[in-house]
Amino acid sequence: MKALSIKNLTKVYNNGFEALKGISLDVQQGDFFALLGPNGAGKSTTIGVITSLVTKSSGSVQVFDTDIDLDSETAKSYIGLVPQEFNFNGFEQVKHILISQAGYYGMPANEAEPRADELLKQLGLWDKRNTAARALSGGMKRRLMIARALVHKPQLLILDEPTAGVDIELRRSMWLFLKTINEQGTTIILTTHYLEEAENLCRNIAIIDKGVIVENTDMKSLLNRLDKETFILDLKYPLSHDFTLSNYNCQKIDTNTLEVELKRDEGLNNLFTTLSQQGIEVTSMKNKANRLEELFLALVDKSEATL
Amino acid sequence: MTTKLARHRVAFTTLLSREIRRFIRIWPQTLLPPAITMTLYFVIFGNLIGGRIGEMGGFSYIQYIAPGIIMMSVINNAYSNVASSFFSAKFQNHIEELIVAPVPNYLILAGYVAGGTARGLLVGLIVTIVSLFFTHLSIQHIFITISMVFLSAILFALGGFINAIYARSFDEISIIPTFILTPMTYLGGVFYSISLLPEFWQKVSLLNPILYMVNAFRYGMLGASDIAVEVAFAIILVCIVSLASFALYLLNKGTGIRN
Repeated sequence: MKALSIKNLTKVYNNGFEALKGISLDVQQGDFFALLGPNGAGKSTTIGVITSLVTKSSGSVQVFDTDIDLDSETAKSYIGLVPQEFNFNGFEQVKHILISQAGYYGMPANEAEPRADELLKQLGLWDKRNTAARALSGGMKRRLMIARALVHKPQLLILDEPTAGVDIELRRSMWLFLKTINEQGTTIILTTHYLEEAENLCRNIAIIDKGVIVENTDMKSLLNRLDKETFILDLKYPLSHDFTLSNYNCQKIDTNTLEVELKRDEGLNNLFTTLSQQGIEVTSMKNKANRLEELFLALVDKSEATL
Repeated sequence: MTTKLARHRVAFTTLLSREIRRFIRIWPQTLLPPAITMTLYFVIFGNLIGGRIGEMGGFSYIQYIAPGIIMMSVINNAYSNVASSFFSAKFQNHIEELIVAPVPNYLILAGYVAGGTARGLLVGLIVTIVSLFFTHLSIQHIFITISMVFLSAILFALGGFINAIYARSFDEISIIPTFILTPMTYLGGVFYSISLLPEFWQKVSLLNPILYMVNAFRYGMLGASDIAVEVAFAIILVCIVSLASFALYLLNKGTGIRN
């Protein structure tokens, strides 16, 4: 079953700006889906239309086979939204925010309270349950928005840049949490500017630019299109002044760091063999740039060239 | 399986209890000022000046103005509660919590209006208690008294809602109360009987809906009114239906809340 099906969606704002130019997109139930694009590409408008925050100009949106125009209440009941900006009442207590949100979805207080308690504990907000939301730190506010989106047990969770401005430790704990709820059956759609996040979490991906979907495929196929990768190698001992690495395009960054470009058909084993033969010992290695980042930039550049 | 009706009931009570929690949490801004202001009205207009005015409509002046002062506080508070709460929800974007949820627009309207009505009635009760320190009040027609204060609170809560929909700044939710609501209230027979006015101004006063509310409420409490009570009920009901329909139309259209 499709968790989301968008057909020929367009949105023209009152000022004439055409934010969406007839996009079509399907997300299967259980998927962890990335919707990527540069700023102003149309990601938030797309999410706004799905969640009824933005009125579409034309096209159709179905959530679990329910058309948002024909039965918006049912369609809305499937969705949990974590928006980009903080949008809760800062003067309300954390727990009240969750219980109220559950109430709007028809969950009575005797069910909402234990559910809110469960989420507050899972997301590390239990100690702050009676605190006014405005007094929370930025990371806690992000977690509160995730808890609020999940309080009514949605089948489709939409996260619009949920880790923006969040430190790396918290970001990684949020990834783990999202992976867990995805494994438990919740379909997740994620927009993010951290492409490492999308690469780590998502199985399928769509890239939108200037209101048009420029790529829609599975993550593996997309990454396979990379024909070369650049690695940074940290070396145990300094390189000699006359160091060269034949057959490889490489560059010495400093005496203990080497940058090597590898084609897809060149195995890492061959590189390490060559280095070993020269007595070079590698202590660690990393990609110079995130793989998805390279593809993303290439696709967006391409779309700009064709527009 | 929860029925749609049960879900709607939960959503409505959630919204209403959130609204009540809000005005109780900020009671120094919502409940205390009307009690102090109305005490001053009773002291100055009732005791100090009222003693020199003598009787009006067969009652002491303070008795005559008490129903109008109670109604004035109900109207102002019902209006400002919804106007400020709904506008704040727009301003802080937490109106989105309701828009993304399966809450039909008529329930959003009903929840906010019920919240405003609750504050109007609570403030009305507080002011009534305050008035008992200054004068003796008895209720002649309990049904008319209660239904009129209830309908008036609903009507002005609807007015506050429409104001908040159109408002784009906090200034715009104070313009209507300052420049329209307050003059209408003062000219709506709170402090005088319109029989004191020249005939032309009596006719002009009949265009003011607050005149009907104040007089019907006064009739409920004192048994005296400048206008027919049936006409007052009919006018207020028509106004409620008109404003509710318009507010719902604006919500369905997404005016001020959706792109």
